[in-house]
Amino acid sequence: MSDIGSAFATAFALIVQGDTHLGEIVLLSLQVSVGAVIIASVIGLPLGAAVAMFRFPGRSVIAVVLNALMGLPPVVVGLIVYLLLSRAGPFGTLGLLFTPTAMVIAQIVLVTPLIAALARQVIEDMWTEYEEQLRSFGTSTGRSLRVLLWDGRYSLLIVVLAGFGRAIAEVGAVMIVGGNIDHATRVMTTAIALEVSKGDIALALGLGIVLVALSIAVNGVAFVLRRTVAPGRAR
Amino acid sequence: MSNASRILPLELRAVTFETERHRLIKEMSFQLAAEGRTIILGSNGAGKSLLLRLCHGLIRPSQGEIIWQGAAGRDPKHFQAMVFQRPVMLRRSAAANIHFPLSIRGIPRSSRRHVIEEALRLVGLGRFSRTPAHLLSIGEQQRLALARAWALKPQILFLDEPTANLDPAATHVIEEVIAEMDRAGTKIVMTTHDLGQARRLADEIMFIHRGRLLEKAPAAAFFDCPQNDMARSFLRGELLWWQRRELTP
Repeated sequence: MSDIGSAFATAFALIVQGDTHLGEIVLLSLQVSVGAVIIASVIGLPLGAAVAMFRFPGRSVIAVVLNALMGLPPVVVGLIVYLLLSRAGPFGTLGLLFTPTAMVIAQIVLVTPLIAALARQVIEDMWTEYEEQLRSFGTSTGRSLRVLLWDGRYSLLIVVLAGFGRAIAEVGAVMIVGGNIDHATRVMTTAIALEVSKGDIALALGLGIVLVALSIAVNGVAFVLRRTVAPGRAR
Repeated sequence: MSNASRILPLELRAVTFETERHRLIKEMSFQLAAEGRTIILGSNGAGKSLLLRLCHGLIRPSQGEIIWQGAAGRDPKHFQAMVFQRPVMLRRSAAANIHFPLSIRGIPRSSRRHVIEEALRLVGLGRFSRTPAHLLSIGEQQRLALARAWALKPQILFLDEPTANLDPAATHVIEEVIAEMDRAGTKIVMTTHDLGQARRLADEIMFIHRGRLLEKAPAAAFFDCPQNDMARSFLRGELLWWQRRELTP
């Protein structure tokens, strides 16, 4: 029990004192995951919408694969990206391994299928409702896709948040491709893993509390945002 | 709207629509004149909605041809509009719901605002301009759907049982606007299984049953003395069964 008590004390101390080392780790975590989620959304949302809208051979296969990839183990993604970026790999010359960029890439690979799969479900339901009306107006396919993304924005915001949740919480991928290098690629989850293995449970728990608080804050902001821009819907 | 620029008349030549297992529309041939209100009558499952969707180009016939005789190389899509049984509302304000198809059809920006105001006023929704469309009642949504169709100034308007889910007051508004559009020269093609509504609105009746066009006649003649025995039974309010012999013992 004293562990938990001192953990809260440590966390509180770290936050109140504005510890620069902690700040650095938190900032990098946010940069990596927010960056990855933005890029994954730019790819995943239209991809999900396209799979929902178009009838083409192999469409159901893609849908199944996307759903399966939602549960992709982060360590496996880390390993694959590691192999691609390592000196001997096809992108080795870029020298990206053990940099934040590599971590962003790994998280994009991790999160894009999740966003695409969930977006597909949201968009498919809307397309069923909208299709005939949009075609009746004479709406082009590209325009229809944009309409669905825009009109589904509140549901899709939740989809993006789910992606962010997965990105900020994972350890395996960023650990392998980032290397958990202090002042360079250390993020909250890898720092927690390290402190636990070093036996500094208090600091690890403190970081954990910050991580959870951050997650709640992001979702809280999204909820308030949704509520203010969409009166009558979020209730 | 001069006759020269009209895409009508619309002609169907032996149009058949079938799925893998069923022939749902069977070799329909007819011509729709450029004006007037044509009401498609028939019981549920007769193929009324399918026929509208075929004419409007939402689905393609399995066989046969659909010809817009006045199209003269223009895309007939741009001169039509359709109101569905369940109104489809975009997740935006009432005004934006009308604005969207106006921009799709390339109506000049400068005139859109005026058209939107006029359309909303026409169906009595002027004060709901900024209200999110999905918060409107179902009757108000259908009025908005009709206003949206009106704003496009179509040459032909298809309506698929537009008042099926509405109360009498909302139905009245819809029928008024339809009459108004008819006066302005828009061809009206509407399905219903409500005989009273058909009597109120129709200039011409098309009676269809099990995917076949059984009778096409001026409304007065149809209601006075329908030529087809199935149509006679329908007018008497009898239930129409699949087999004719069960009908007339």
